Amino acid sequence: MRYHPHTPEEIQEMLQKIGVSRVEALFSPIPDACKLAGPLKVPEALDERSLMDHLEELAAKQPRVPPFLGAGAYPHHVPPSVDQLLLRSELYTAYTPYQPEVSQGTLQITFEFQTYVSLLTGLEIANASMYDGASAAAEAALMAVRVSRGQRTKIVLSRALHPEYRDVVRTYLAEGFSVEEVGFGPDGRIDLEALRAAVDEKTAAVLVGYPNFFGVIEDLRAVSEVAREKGALTVSCTTEGLALGLLQGPGALGAEIAVGELQSFGNGMNFGGPGVGFFATREAYLRQLPGRICGATVDRSGRRGFVLTLSTREQHIRRERATSNICTNHGLNAAAATIHLSLLGREGLHALALLNYRRARYARERLAEVGCKPLFSGPVFNEFAVRAPKDAPRRIRDAGLAGGLQIDCYYPELEDGLLLCVTELHDKTRIDALVQALA
Amino acid sequence: MSQEFFPKTSPGTRGLVYREPLVFERSVPGRIGASLPSAGVPETDPTDEIPAELLRGPIEHFPSLSENEVVRHYVRLSQTNHSIDSGFYPLGSCTMKFNPKVNEWAARLPGFADAHPYLPQEQLQGVLELMWRLQNLLSEIGGFAATSLQPAAGAQGEMAGLMMIRAYHLDKQGSPRKKVLIPDSAHGTNPASAALLGYQAVELKSNAQGMLEPEVVARAMDEDVAALMVTNPNTLGIFETHIKEIAEIVHAKGGLVYGDGANMNAILGVARPGDMGIDVMHYNLHKTFSTPHGGGGPGSGPVSVSAALEPFLPRPVVVKDGDTFRFDFDRPKSIGKLRTFWGNFGMMVRAYTYIRELGREGLRATAERAVLNAQYLRKLLEPDWHVAYENPSLHEVVFTDKNLKETGVTTMDVAKALIDHGFHPPTVYFPLIVAGALMIEPTESESKETLEHFAAAMRAILKRAKADPEGLKRAPEKPVVERLDEARAARRPILRWTPDFEIPF
Repeated sequence: MRYHPHTPEEIQEMLQKIGVSRVEALFSPIPDACKLAGPLKVPEALDERSLMDHLEELAAKQPRVPPFLGAGAYPHHVPPSVDQLLLRSELYTAYTPYQPEVSQGTLQITFEFQTYVSLLTGLEIANASMYDGASAAAEAALMAVRVSRGQRTKIVLSRALHPEYRDVVRTYLAEGFSVEEVGFGPDGRIDLEALRAAVDEKTAAVLVGYPNFFGVIEDLRAVSEVAREKGALTVSCTTEGLALGLLQGPGALGAEIAVGELQSFGNGMNFGGPGVGFFATREAYLRQLPGRICGATVDRSGRRGFVLTLSTREQHIRRERATSNICTNHGLNAAAATIHLSLLGREGLHALALLNYRRARYARERLAEVGCKPLFSGPVFNEFAVRAPKDAPRRIRDAGLAGGLQIDCYYPELEDGLLLCVTELHDKTRIDALVQALA
Repeated sequence: MSQEFFPKTSPGTRGLVYREPLVFERSVPGRIGASLPSAGVPETDPTDEIPAELLRGPIEHFPSLSENEVVRHYVRLSQTNHSIDSGFYPLGSCTMKFNPKVNEWAARLPGFADAHPYLPQEQLQGVLELMWRLQNLLSEIGGFAATSLQPAAGAQGEMAGLMMIRAYHLDKQGSPRKKVLIPDSAHGTNPASAALLGYQAVELKSNAQGMLEPEVVARAMDEDVAALMVTNPNTLGIFETHIKEIAEIVHAKGGLVYGDGANMNAILGVARPGDMGIDVMHYNLHKTFSTPHGGGGPGSGPVSVSAALEPFLPRPVVVKDGDTFRFDFDRPKSIGKLRTFWGNFGMMVRAYTYIRELGREGLRATAERAVLNAQYLRKLLEPDWHVAYENPSLHEVVFTDKNLKETGVTTMDVAKALIDHGFHPPTVYFPLIVAGALMIEPTESESKETLEHFAAAMRAILKRAKADPEGLKRAPEKPVVERLDEARAARRPILRWTPDFEIPF
């Protein structure tokens, strides 16, 4: 076995030192009744080339064209420099920076990530990342309950929030909480009147998509004003992180917590994971923040260094009284996002976001011309829902393209709704081909 | 530093390793590190459609750097990290094994890395087949009936397991029960997950051998206990020999047994938790199945269950109908979804690749070598270091700083001194039941001579602790930073860069 350095002679020497004669004897602490009687029913080992052939065969079954589809996982260009840096062994084969003196790389990247999340969201503090946007949304709901010292146990969700985010919030808050949904209007935005009726003194938080599942940009300020009237927190959930390159940060519009995904930066879609959940909030809620946090400090000589900090909130110290049971973050994916954001920089981020908006707008306008009218009147970024023929997915596939999601499985009333996403991976030729396929 | 304290061990050195400013401090306005296409479509103005209040221009304080500068910045940062590929990394309970390179190649195949989770299932047959095969392999390896790959990490797998237990009791007896029993040697995630689900965590004392006694479980066990959570081998590396009897005690009162699979590496192909009476267990793919730890994630925490719990698995699971693979969402008793989409698929690819590379024999050989290495290292260290528990351990062993009492040198000092010897320290101060714990898990990846060099370094540190305790407290002296003030970080939290960031560089 190429991953095991031991020669038969070394094994004998080691056994002798341990004081046993056979490898089997190493397992003598395990009672025979607990031992496996025969070999596992697992196939024989594959040599590297056969293994690669097998994996290539499985990988080849997925289409190679960038799909016109987001809905929580977005097709974007990942610069080769991001991936080559991620392949630095020092980054991907390191663990949690428990020993900060030999983990400064990971820690400083985490600190940079937290800074980027703060800048993108317009909120003062961010953690080292979360599993994904949906579990981050659920953790935000739990945090809002903690902020109210457990006095508020109701969570209000916009029905236009990503269906899986709503699902996950319900899973996490299955016991002892109530979760209520508020519908959307013809603009695809949350119905503010219905929201006003739903939010009460027991409401800990209101969760809305920004942009929402339909790609529509919610009026976050109006939402947060309604929530604040009753003392509830506003949580913005952003599935498409690139939107924050063009749209105002949620913190500037009144959100107290901003969560979501930064998969769009430097990470492939990976069939839905791993991505990069993010979590940002106001400084006042620091002690209630879930997950790992990196902070700056000094060493013995007074020079700058970084450490994991405020861990008294966390499970390994506080156990059953922790703010969350999270033990890890998505460090490597957060590193990918950090590197990509550094490459894009101030001008590049805005330019890329604007490019996405323009291409998506071109697609929307051309689709409307051929009868695929927008489903909603609200403003959008790079994702939008249109009315499309029932056989749209087949037409798209027959044209050698991919994507488009029929949303009636989530919203039965939106029978002919097709959700599309256009990014920098879709040039004019591809967009025109999509329009033609749906004409 | 004298030769005496640094025997032949590949000591850490400094050389051309840089202190690197933050990326924000490297910014020069006007530079850019990205190549963007031209729009190729009309250059429309978003203010036509989007209210100005919701728009913004380039974000102030975002940096501007060229690509080569960004690359150099992150390469330099990477060089200040220790990693498995650069050296021994014996963190107990973390299973820091070699991360095979073919795994990384596999995860980057465009058909995997670029697969969208919502494509029609007929366009996803390859990824679904991989998930289906991995589900079955994990069920077989752990001795369970079924597996969900959805949990994002071990702690989420734990949460899923407890949710299933809760759903099971609700389904069976109409109420979820109140308590969860957890040994004092358990990972902190165990009580935290139990609390998240509204259970009362009840701590069980380990005996003088570091094991859980059936009588202790029997005394705590009543009809209000939903589950017992156990790690086997436990966090001391000790196999819970009474596990079958303990499981019977729990089952007799209608409770279930949750297995924390963190230490599966010790028993791969040797024993199966499902055969010992464990009803549900999470795996850590980043521990047992070689997916990279990534400087702190992503993990992946599949959860395997007995037939009785199968209806409650997170939805969907992958099923095979004839020659086609599909997601089965129609699971009315499911606990629901834990996260978006289907799990950390990128980690599944790596774990699947690893299991197929090892095959049946290789899995068992892995456990054998992991235990061989841990026992060999234990023998090398035992003459000088105080072992927390005398009875035999498997894949990891816990030592303490007891022999250093009179020197004033602590476990933390030993850890920092190891760094100057070129070794990443073991896990320190865990498990909590051992004072001054040094928890060492070498894994199967390390060679005999690496273990010997590590033991030599530990001997040298012991010697220096007695001769020059103050000198030892200055360690580490070789990394890019010296010992860091963690108390200050917590007292005055600085969690992001701002233009007035004042800590000298």
